[in-house]
Amino acid sequence: MSHQKSFQYADLLSVLERVVDIMSAPDQYSYPSVFIYGHRATGKSHVVLSIMKDLELPHASVDCVECVSSGLLFHQVLSAFFGPDAAALLPRCPSLSDFVRLYKQMSSNSPATQTRYIILDRAERMRDMDFSLLPALLRLQELVNDNVTVILLSEIVWEKFRPNTGCFEPLLFHFPDYSKGKSLVQILSWDHHPSYTPELYASYINILLGVFFSVCRDLRELRHLAVLNFSKFCEPLEKGEAKESDIHKLWKNIEPHLQRAMQTVYLREVSSVQWEQQQMDEKEATTLRVLSAHAHIELPYYSKFLLIAAYLASFNPARTDRRFFLKSHGKIRKTNFLKKHEKTSNHLLGPKPFPLDRLMAIFYSVVDSRVAPTASIFSQISSLVTLQLLSQVGHDDQLDSPKYKCSVSLDFILAISRCVCVCVRLLDLLALSLVIQSQVVRQERSLFTAVSNLHLL
Amino acid sequence: KNLKCVGFEGTGQYYSNLKSRYGNNIDTCNIAQLLAPSIIDLSKTFYCHLGVNVPDHAMTFRSLCNLLQDSVTPFVVSVHAKECAGVCKQNEMLISYLKSFFTLVCQATLTIRIIDLLQKCTQVSPKRKENLAKNDLPVVVIFKDFEAFNSQVLQDFILICSRYTQELPFVFIFGIATSPSAIQHRLPHSVSSLLCIEVFHSLSCTQHLASVFDKLILNSQFPFKLSSRVIQVLVGIFLYHDFSVQNFVKGLQFSMLEHFNSQPLSVLCCQKHEALLSAKILSKQNVERIRHLPSFMRYVETQEPQEQVRLLTNDEHVKEVCQKLLKNLHTYHKNYYPILQCLHSLTSSLPKFPLGKHIRELHVSCIEKNLWETEEYDSALQLLRILAKDELVAALRSCAEILKSANTKRMQNVLQQLEDFLGRLEALQGKSDSVSKMEYQRTDLFQLQKTLLEKESRRTKRMNPFEVLRSQVIDFIDSLVREYLTPAEFQPLNEVCYYSSSGVLRQRLNVTPRTSIQAALTHPFYYLKNESLKTNTGTISSAAPDLCIVYKLHLECGRLINLYDWLEAYVTVMSAAEDQDTNSEECGKFDSLKHARFIQAVSEMEFLGFVKSTKQKTDHVARLTWGGC
Repeated sequence: MSHQKSFQYADLLSVLERVVDIMSAPDQYSYPSVFIYGHRATGKSHVVLSIMKDLELPHASVDCVECVSSGLLFHQVLSAFFGPDAAALLPRCPSLSDFVRLYKQMSSNSPATQTRYIILDRAERMRDMDFSLLPALLRLQELVNDNVTVILLSEIVWEKFRPNTGCFEPLLFHFPDYSKGKSLVQILSWDHHPSYTPELYASYINILLGVFFSVCRDLRELRHLAVLNFSKFCEPLEKGEAKESDIHKLWKNIEPHLQRAMQTVYLREVSSVQWEQQQMDEKEATTLRVLSAHAHIELPYYSKFLLIAAYLASFNPARTDRRFFLKSHGKIRKTNFLKKHEKTSNHLLGPKPFPLDRLMAIFYSVVDSRVAPTASIFSQISSLVTLQLLSQVGHDDQLDSPKYKCSVSLDFILAISRCVCVCVRLLDLLALSLVIQSQVVRQERSLFTAVSNLHLL
Repeated sequence: KNLKCVGFEGTGQYYSNLKSRYGNNIDTCNIAQLLAPSIIDLSKTFYCHLGVNVPDHAMTFRSLCNLLQDSVTPFVVSVHAKECAGVCKQNEMLISYLKSFFTLVCQATLTIRIIDLLQKCTQVSPKRKENLAKNDLPVVVIFKDFEAFNSQVLQDFILICSRYTQELPFVFIFGIATSPSAIQHRLPHSVSSLLCIEVFHSLSCTQHLASVFDKLILNSQFPFKLSSRVIQVLVGIFLYHDFSVQNFVKGLQFSMLEHFNSQPLSVLCCQKHEALLSAKILSKQNVERIRHLPSFMRYVETQEPQEQVRLLTNDEHVKEVCQKLLKNLHTYHKNYYPILQCLHSLTSSLPKFPLGKHIRELHVSCIEKNLWETEEYDSALQLLRILAKDELVAALRSCAEILKSANTKRMQNVLQQLEDFLGRLEALQGKSDSVSKMEYQRTDLFQLQKTLLEKESRRTKRMNPFEVLRSQVIDFIDSLVREYLTPAEFQPLNEVCYYSSSGVLRQRLNVTPRTSIQAALTHPFYYLKNESLKTNTGTISSAAPDLCIVYKLHLECGRLINLYDWLEAYVTVMSAAEDQDTNSEECGKFDSLKHARFIQAVSEMEFLGFVKSTKQKTDHVARLTWGGC
């Protein structure tokens, strides 16, 4: 980790100076609370914790994600400052006053020679905890009458934290994003490969940033990508086809790979080993075999129909069921067939909840054969719910009349109905309902393509 | 009993195959990558992409868990979504699991919070903590059903674990039933970027089913057989309803139990020598049962009149004949399966799969009826007759491979003939090569046309030697099919081995609770067997239980039912039984007893889920079912 230390002092020197400015001389009282915010991976916690470690300051570092109750937070703080024995004195479900009392007692035994720091990482989680906790921690110095400073780290601005009742305003401090030219190249260059020169790696990083900077500024993601693609970058060097100075040639070599990697940026669906394997295989397959391409789901035959029925129930108004699913439906006048509020496409409004019996009614009219209402049909519905393909809505009457929503997309349904398209009637139904919807909103292009797909079938 | 053991052994083997496959995956990953710190603070994650067959997952994960414990690390925790309602719960689960490990193996002194809590419970011995630090074994957490987890809980859990990956390597295994894109749906980027993901796909469940079929059903070792209808029911449940191999095996076991339970002659359903022994000592009753078997009766009819008389009167003779027939049945099975496999390997590569893609479909149609009388068989043979030479040779080679493993005399005979054909085909190849080499020369368009026309006219007259040989081969295969793939139903004594009551199986395995409740309510006689309950359809008998009367009355109502009207109707039905005089003043009045019975019946209806109270109208209840009786 030696390189990390140097990077922090070199690059974030100005930031660091200001952080250290906040902290006055160790024996003097410091500002009671500091709020530090900045985007992910801008080095907030890293900088703060390194300062604490390097200057050997007494501190308690707590990740708020871990603190499912405030008791855990108190426990961690006390055990960091006064040892586990002190923490053991906390009652079983400690309240804030218990904590303050115990803290006072302990600090009178061992008064602070220098400022103590409580660092709360991911402080946005504090908002979900007890509402009095945050205001109290902000002025903890006054409450316990000790030289203690609370440092809150968060990705969210302070305005989102401020409680309704008002509170002590902490010192705000912003960690800026990295600029492309200076910081990112420098930081990324720190992980250079030992067997290559730092200059080569820096030029590699420049190429990488040139491709990815427009879509991704997350340092962690960029580092991941850098490690992923570096071996490919070095391939010509290892084969002896190019020299290190031959940057242009190397760029020509790596550029298509980086373009392909663009498709999977942020997805993290492959590990480095699998990535390399894919790079090997790519000569045969021109398209990248990303995992999202495996969207195909294996479902039992009736589950597919249930899902289709659920989709139809979710996106078609219940009034139109007669027209779609009854063979001898009455004639409906075209002019006032759809009410005014229904004239916006249902696909823009999202799925609507439907009761179980409507689902079953549509299911029976969609399935071409006679299906007995067996227990396994109903258990398939609940397994679709656990697979999150359907979602159950409403909590008041789960037993007698459960309601569901279909939570899959049109493309998914089309893929499924293509699998089971033994019966043409079903496709007709889908097409019909889609056509009616798309008549309403002609601009919606996706529907038209969907319908034309159906006609191709 | 013997048989059941064999059946279970088969399934055991199946799962051990599964195990070995997972084992390979896990091992390679582990050694290659698990401990290689490619990027800091990444938890290693595997996604096992499984099908939707939920019951099978438990088995898979159990074996995976055992395997990991044996070969990789003792710290394997497998968690279920139901157990992890909150982070707190999940941590508790993890701790309680880990606690049992650590007390067994060694005690941890890791700073990790969850293990920190654990420290309080267990005293740390300094020697052992060094041990642990050196070993650096990962903690494996298996999430059995990824989709069912609360995503917030998962996110928090991963965040917490990622804080401690430096001290304690974590490996997560997520079992995903849908598609790997579920990861992106469930986890935001801030969390998923902490993971280093690798995906494994399990075999599709139909492939699992095929292997179970190969080992348990298409095998002459097991005397117990399923008839075509039963196979169709079992496969139907599998494909249409649950995709669960485990349920399929259970269905198989159930049909086995049912067969041995319901068919007394199943004493003869065992290995050959045992069957022959027990055929010798058949009881008089069983001999009589044999005489009543349809297949045996059919056999008797084909015999000479004198023989018929002996078969119908002489018990000892029946026993002897029975032994002979059992032997025949066993040889039939021994010859049947190799030929079936041969036919499948020949036809499975044909376009559009005229005889089915899977061997099970072929098997079903073979034991159901005479295969050679079907249209599909004709079209398959036609396609076979136009096979190219290399395809034909390859197909015949694979047939020869299959036949090599069959060890009956007849099959060896068939193999001999097949190899003879193969030899002749190869000899032909040498000849035709030498001929075709001569013919290469420049041709102009006119000449080409002429030669083509010539060829066309020649073809109608005579076939070349390869074509002759090919049609011989196909005829040979056709004769094999006609000889060996006869339907099992025509074999005398097939009822001994074949379980055929598909109706019972469907009733037991594919239950319809609602229809049976409705049947019980509309026709109480069906279950209660009380003569007074026998009624014509449409009428309501007052002798029926209150619940049935109330149920029948409610069928006539709309969505909302007025309780008072319902009560009046009920009282009318009840009083109609007491005295026929409907005009008297007493009629229509009700006492508190009837009232109470009615209330109880309605609350039972509510309990069964037919009605519920509604807020729309206070004195009404809402109907929850649709459709009449």
